[in-house]
Amino acid sequence: MSKERTWEELPKGAVSYRSSMEYKTGDWGIDSPRIDYDKCVKCNLCHFFCPEGCIHVEEDGTPAPDLDYCKGCGICAKECPAKAIEMVRK
Amino acid sequence: MVEQKLMGLNGDEAVAYATKQVNPDVVAAYPITPQTIIVERFSEYVADGEVDTEFVPVESEHSAMSCSVGASAAGARAFTATAANGLALMWEILYIASSLRLPIVMAVANRALSGPINIHNDHSDAMGARDSGWIQIYCENAQEVYDANITAWRVAEHLNVQLPVMVCLDGFTLSHTMENVMTLPDETVQKFVGERPFIEVEGHLGKGELRLDPEMPLTMGPLDLQDFYYEHKIHQVDAMKQALKYMKDVDEEWGRLSGRSYRYVEPYLMDDAEVALIGMGSMMGTIRYMVDELRGEGVKAGMIKLRLFRPFPVDAIKKAIGETPVLGVMEKCISFGAPASPLMEELMTAYYSDEEKPMMANYVVGLGGRDVSPDMIREAYTSLEKIRKTGKVEKLSTYIGVRGE
Repeated sequence: MSKERTWEELPKGAVSYRSSMEYKTGDWGIDSPRIDYDKCVKCNLCHFFCPEGCIHVEEDGTPAPDLDYCKGCGICAKECPAKAIEMVRK
Repeated sequence: MVEQKLMGLNGDEAVAYATKQVNPDVVAAYPITPQTIIVERFSEYVADGEVDTEFVPVESEHSAMSCSVGASAAGARAFTATAANGLALMWEILYIASSLRLPIVMAVANRALSGPINIHNDHSDAMGARDSGWIQIYCENAQEVYDANITAWRVAEHLNVQLPVMVCLDGFTLSHTMENVMTLPDETVQKFVGERPFIEVEGHLGKGELRLDPEMPLTMGPLDLQDFYYEHKIHQVDAMKQALKYMKDVDEEWGRLSGRSYRYVEPYLMDDAEVALIGMGSMMGTIRYMVDELRGEGVKAGMIKLRLFRPFPVDAIKKAIGETPVLGVMEKCISFGAPASPLMEELMTAYYSDEEKPMMANYVVGLGGRDVSPDMIREAYTSLEKIRKTGKVEKLSTYIGVRGE
């Protein structure tokens, strides 16, 4: 992580000077999803259920979790009908 | 100096009249004794078309402060008023208003906190909010109330300050007592307060004014964790320091216009004082009367009226106290379980590292509106004289006027 600003450099009024995209929350989790693409049926339920919106869908329908924002909640693994997602300790 | 009009106003009416002249964009308020007259009068100004204000009759004080926060964040001048339990209900939003640096002005008609339920004056409500990040001004009479409710906007909105301001007036003693108040013309007040200025901040889309604007969106006060929250609190520490620096400019400008400036503390007969009382609010008038009486009896009494509690004007207070050997601290508040009441603790902290300091004793008076009579004040001075003669403070805190030992 780059050097954070000092209080003198921060905007007043607790205004966020960066977009939330720049605030990587993925390191909060202790688990992350590992997808077995041989089992994945590309139903995209993981994409819809992810509360962080961090599982993107590629053009061919393959799900791709963005671990910069994944908090490791495991909802995708729980909902996957093909049992293709396993939560693994980071 | 401009020509002024003498009016008969009680403290609450003085707040309402000053606020009418300021003509804020939004007033959100809920009635609570002894503040009720403020919003009652103001709603009449709204109904009569004398102001352009959007009046929001909210369902609680929590909403009154929330509404003020929203309005102020959107760039409006927002005003509200409350007392006691109403202030308590606003609690969490008080901290949000100050941390988001919103220059809201609020009149607090100081009243005892329940329970048991009591509608009369003491300072337990506003003293409890002393750490909320609001500037706190305490008034002695209706004239000060009028003046403070105009100057407060300039202090709050000062580009180096940007903090909400609480203008405190003693419930009933000031809020419901009619006094002569010199008022300035509407245009003069309008010109004095001017338009609300905004500071520039850097948002996620670039630089813009600190207000919510669809053309230049900002995010105010989002989730702020271990990595930034601490820095944002230091912003508030700095803002209070800045307030202490710049409030006197506003006070002096008002002085040139009205002939009345108050400074942070007002010493009375302190030059050669041997015993002095310091305190805030309406009781200081009675103390001044007693100082005169004691001087007539040969007692070298003095007093210091403290007008500003937050930020705490340490240097001005020490300058006013000077070499006075014995100081009594008069308070209408108890901090249960603490070694002394809040003002006493602040003064002792301010003096702790100094070689030269007065001996200090704490006198609690007037809780729940109990009259602070000249006799009680005499009792405090007699106690201070005893301390001066014996060189010993036997009792740190005394509850004056309570029945029993």
